[in-house]
Amino acid sequence: MSLRPRDKRMSIEDVVARLEDGMTIGIGGWGSRRKPMAFVRAILRSPLKDLTIVSWGGPDVGLLAQAGKIRRLVYAFVSLDSIPLEPHFQRARQLGTIPEVTELDEGMFQTGLRAAAQRLPFLPTRAGLGSDVMVNNPSLRTVTSPYDDGETLVAMPALTLDVALLHLNRADPHGNATYLGPDPYFDDLFAMAAARTYVSVEQIVDTAGLTIDAPVQRLLLSRMMVDGVVEASGGAHFTSCVPDYERDERFQRAYVGAAKDGDAWPAFEARFLAGDEAAYQAAVTSFGKERDDG
Amino acid sequence: MGEATRSEVVAAAIADCWAQDGELFASPMGLLPTLGARLCRLTSNPDLVVSDGESLFLASPGPLGSSAGVVEGWIPFRKVFDVVAWGRRHVMMGATQLDRHGNQNISAIGPFDRPARQLLGSRGAPGNTVNNRTSYWVPRHSTRVFVERVDIVTGVGRARAEAAGATRFHDLHRVVTDLAVLDFAGPDGTVRLVSTHPGVTVSDVTAATGFDLAVPEAVPTTRQPTSTELMLIREVLDPTGLREREVPS
Repeated sequence: MSLRPRDKRMSIEDVVARLEDGMTIGIGGWGSRRKPMAFVRAILRSPLKDLTIVSWGGPDVGLLAQAGKIRRLVYAFVSLDSIPLEPHFQRARQLGTIPEVTELDEGMFQTGLRAAAQRLPFLPTRAGLGSDVMVNNPSLRTVTSPYDDGETLVAMPALTLDVALLHLNRADPHGNATYLGPDPYFDDLFAMAAARTYVSVEQIVDTAGLTIDAPVQRLLLSRMMVDGVVEASGGAHFTSCVPDYERDERFQRAYVGAAKDGDAWPAFEARFLAGDEAAYQAAVTSFGKERDDG
Repeated sequence: MGEATRSEVVAAAIADCWAQDGELFASPMGLLPTLGARLCRLTSNPDLVVSDGESLFLASPGPLGSSAGVVEGWIPFRKVFDVVAWGRRHVMMGATQLDRHGNQNISAIGPFDRPARQLLGSRGAPGNTVNNRTSYWVPRHSTRVFVERVDIVTGVGRARAEAAGATRFHDLHRVVTDLAVLDFAGPDGTVRLVSTHPGVTVSDVTAATGFDLAVPEAVPTTRQPTSTELMLIREVLDPTGLREREVPS
């Protein structure tokens, strides 16, 4: 019997095979930053449908909306950061193709994940009071403080997830994982709000390798939180994954150009999204060379 | 230094928004607000805390777009939300629509269920406006922005905050536009004209405002930037003139 913790390495396809129609899936990262795009691309290739997506939205939301995968979207914003508006998301909202939308304030979104992570039905927050978030989500309730102040607060319900999909910089085979960029975003919170968590990383290293060149505070995920680990170099492309790579701004501009122009999208999709992850990365390399060749 | 351009007048007016705030986190959204916050930090309020717009507090803010220089703190998004709830923050947000009561919309134009134009979403506007001091920046003062009723209330105005029992930390401060400075000292906390920028008349402002703007008897002209401010804007904070793209001369 091995005295080491479980080896959780698997493939992108192994992860997607564990997802089911109708699941509530939380997607880590923020906007167009450190998004688990390799997982998102694999969902696009799969027959999965009717998903509830919970995300600090970026191109993950845009692509899944464009592919008709989303039955319900829970978000506070959808943005590509350097390009403020996400064209696929805009079109989906304007055509009404996402059957149910839950637009929240950012603080409410975090509070909902915290409640889920703490296995509470709700947590109180001031955010949302007086705004149309309360009007457009009529199921939201307020709660009155039982103490002398008697303040009325929003009772933000738990955003409980079936699955969290994340992308970090490094992990060991057991699921301990580090982020090496400036911001952890809320990836640990997504993991604790979810029944199961799958993380892709730029590189899988042995456990000692995780802290050989990074302080222990970089260890964002403990293996207790993680059910599967996938090595996917470039797995966040075209979003940023610093210090491994910056956002691919040229590719993002091409994505936005194609997404805005309905006629151009099929060619973009055929070039980049028709094959598996290796085919995507090869197409991206070839796209990068176009510039290098002038 | 030569005469100040409109964008430089605006930068100084935005800087004035944080001048009396003491030691708190200035959170500017967008280019001119970032320029104004850094200008304020380097002139009227050296205690102001400014970030690179990502996750670092900057001890010595440099040119727009640069995060170089000495770092004095770490402010990832999770800690931004902690500071919002804690209250030591003054945010300056944009506004696609803003009404007489100070309700702001950045979510979408048209009905929420099927918008004519989807924008960003509510972002942090609902929480900001009931937790910490809030100002707005409007680069194009027009009747499209200043409307009688916003389509979707993201940032909360006074009347909505009162109705929701959420006035405890509600603190709308100012609106700076390309034409004028406004505040919320009109009747019942409604929008009031504070000053018009050099070359702009009161009737220019009321004509570009789609609701009944409170106008005091005497409306001063927005102050000119000092020579120190002009030097900092032109030579330190925005040497490539990005401000002219947002507010053309």
